[in-house]
This record gives sequence, C-alpha cells and structure tokens, in this order.
Amino acid sequence: MIYLQLFSTFFKIGLFSFGGGYAMLPLIQNEVVTRYQWVTNSKFADIVAVSQVTPGPIAVNSATYIGYTSTGNILGAFCATSGVCLPSIIVVVLLYVFLSKFKESVYVKNAFKGLKTGVVGLILGAALMLMTPENFIDYKSWILCILSFITSYWFNLSPITLIFIAGGVGIILY
Amino acid sequence: MYQALELFFVFFKIGTFTLGSGLAMMPQIKKELVTRRHWLDEDEFIDIVAVTQSAPGPIAVNLAVFLGLRIAGVKGLIATALGSISPSFIIILLIAMLFQGIQNDPLFVAAFKAIKPASVALILVPVFTIAKRTGVLGVKFIIPVIIALLITFTPLSPIYIVLTSIVIGILYYGQKNR
Repeated sequence: MIYLQLFSTFFKIGLFSFGGGYAMLPLIQNEVVTRYQWVTNSKFADIVAVSQVTPGPIAVNSATYIGYTSTGNILGAFCATSGVCLPSIIVVVLLYVFLSKFKESVYVKNAFKGLKTGVVGLILGAALMLMTPENFIDYKSWILCILSFITSYWFNLSPITLIFIAGGVGIILY
Repeated sequence: MYQALELFFVFFKIGTFTLGSGLAMMPQIKKELVTRRHWLDEDEFIDIVAVTQSAPGPIAVNLAVFLGLRIAGVKGLIATALGSISPSFIIILLIAMLFQGIQNDPLFVAAFKAIKPASVALILVPVFTIAKRTGVLGVKFIIPVIIALLITFTPLSPIYIVLTSIVIGILYYGQKNR
C-alpha cells in the first residue's frame, strides 16, 4: 500500500505548502524521512542535491526521486509526482474560475494591486534564501550573479543560453 | 489543438533547460508567451504570476497550469501540466536508474558552482520587472525588502504575506479611490 501512501503524503505536501520548492523541502523531509522512513536522512540530502542540479521544479524532482527510490519502480515515482502536482492543478483551476467570474470587481482589482507588492517581496525573499555560503562559495559567485542579472535584465539574454554559458564558465573557473 | 501542442513544447523546453526553482523559469516563460507569441500582455502575465504565488504547491506547475488554462482552455491546461512536469520526471528517473552519483561528478560540480549564482540572478529578474511595472521601485521598494527579510529570517509562512497583501490592497486602494 506504499503507492497509496506515497500519493496521499505528497498530495498533502502539495496542498499545504506555500512558497514553492524550497519552502516544501522541510515538510517533505518530515514526512518521508521522519514519519514514514522511506529514505534515510543522508539519502534525502543526496536527493535534494540532485533535485537542485537537475532541470525542473525542485518539488517535482524530489517527489519523483523519492517515489522511485522507496519502491524501486516507476509506479512509485508516478504516484508521488502526481500527488504533489494534483493539488496545484485543482487550486489553480478554482482560482481561474473564480477570477474569470469576478475580474471586473473592484475588490479583486485592488486585491491584485496589494498582492503584486507582496509577491515582489516573496520572490526577492526566495532569491535571498538562496544566497547561502553553499551556493555563493566565493567572490566569483557574486560576480557571476551580478553579470547574469545584467545580461538578462538589460540585455535580454535568453535564460536558457545564460544557463549554458554559466555552466561552461563554471567548468573553466573551478 | 495546434496551440495546445505548441504550449506543451514551450513548457517542455523550459522544463528541460531551466534549473533551480520554478521562479527561475519566469523570465523564459515570459519571453516565449508574451514577447515572442503575444498570447497575453505583460500586465496580465504579471497578474498571473502574482495569483499563482498564492496557490500551494510547486510554483512552476501553478504558473504553467494557469497560463495553459488562460491561453487554450482545458486542452491548454493538460498541455502545460504535462509539459512542465514530464521533463523533471524523465530526467530524474534516468538519473535514479542509470546515473546515480552524478551530483559528485567533478565536471558537473564545477558547472553548477557557476549555474547556482546565475539561477539566483534569474529569480531576481522578475523582482525588478514586476516592481517596475507596478510602481513599487523607489521609496516603496522598502515594503518588498521588509517582506523578503521576514520570509528569509523568520519562520513566517508565505501564505500570511499573500493574505495580508490582499487585505491591505483592498483596504488601501479601496480608500484611495473613494
């Protein structure tokens, strides 16, 4: 019955975590390491490391990895991944329906104005949380970050191109 | 149908090549949907970014699903959901099955030492795009800075920021327009 448990656990994680992947990690750790012991703590650290260095949303990456590791097959990965994504899809559909209905409402319009200021803060916070000694190992990291910002903000360099260039620069520098 | 397929490939491509967080995908999503294809304008895109931050779950999936639904209805939703989730799913399975320990490979490690700060820069880009567009650059920028510090250094959940912003928006702008 591990498949059902994987699905329901990740569904719960998807439903009750706000603020995206990094905010979800402690919750995932609590459920899969402490509560169900599907993976050990050191395996979890590995999974997080892999999830951060592979493309795609971290929450989806780690759900897939944990689902696969704990069962040894694709069905487990599928159960965990669909579990973590389904609440998103349901809530977003509800929001969409609600907003299409009330988009002319002055309350909704004002709510949006307030929300946007809050969201700028949330995104800035997400960036700030990643400025850790593990991610910014030396002065070169800061220079890379500033150069990347300048090239994509003012010179509209494509983010995908930027990632490839950064990867190449990393191999040369380190 | 054609539009839904195109949506699938756009999100599949973004999902395959963007690293780190869903937030780092935002500049690329905007480029593909707003700048290149004109499927929605920048203001609406920013509204959608704001809404999807207030939904639970992975932000990249929230954003993908909302955009898919808005641009091409239910077909669009299915296209963007699959497009944004499947690259992760496939890549992680390949790693788990075939390339265990890839995170310790020296070349990989070196590349990521530079990719991580670059990804942080990609998250900072929408901060300034949205701030500029909504007029919170300048003195008012202190508000997002305080929020960011609260989120980073206290265990406060982002959902409270979302709810407070909505309430303040309704009260503040409601009063102003009276």
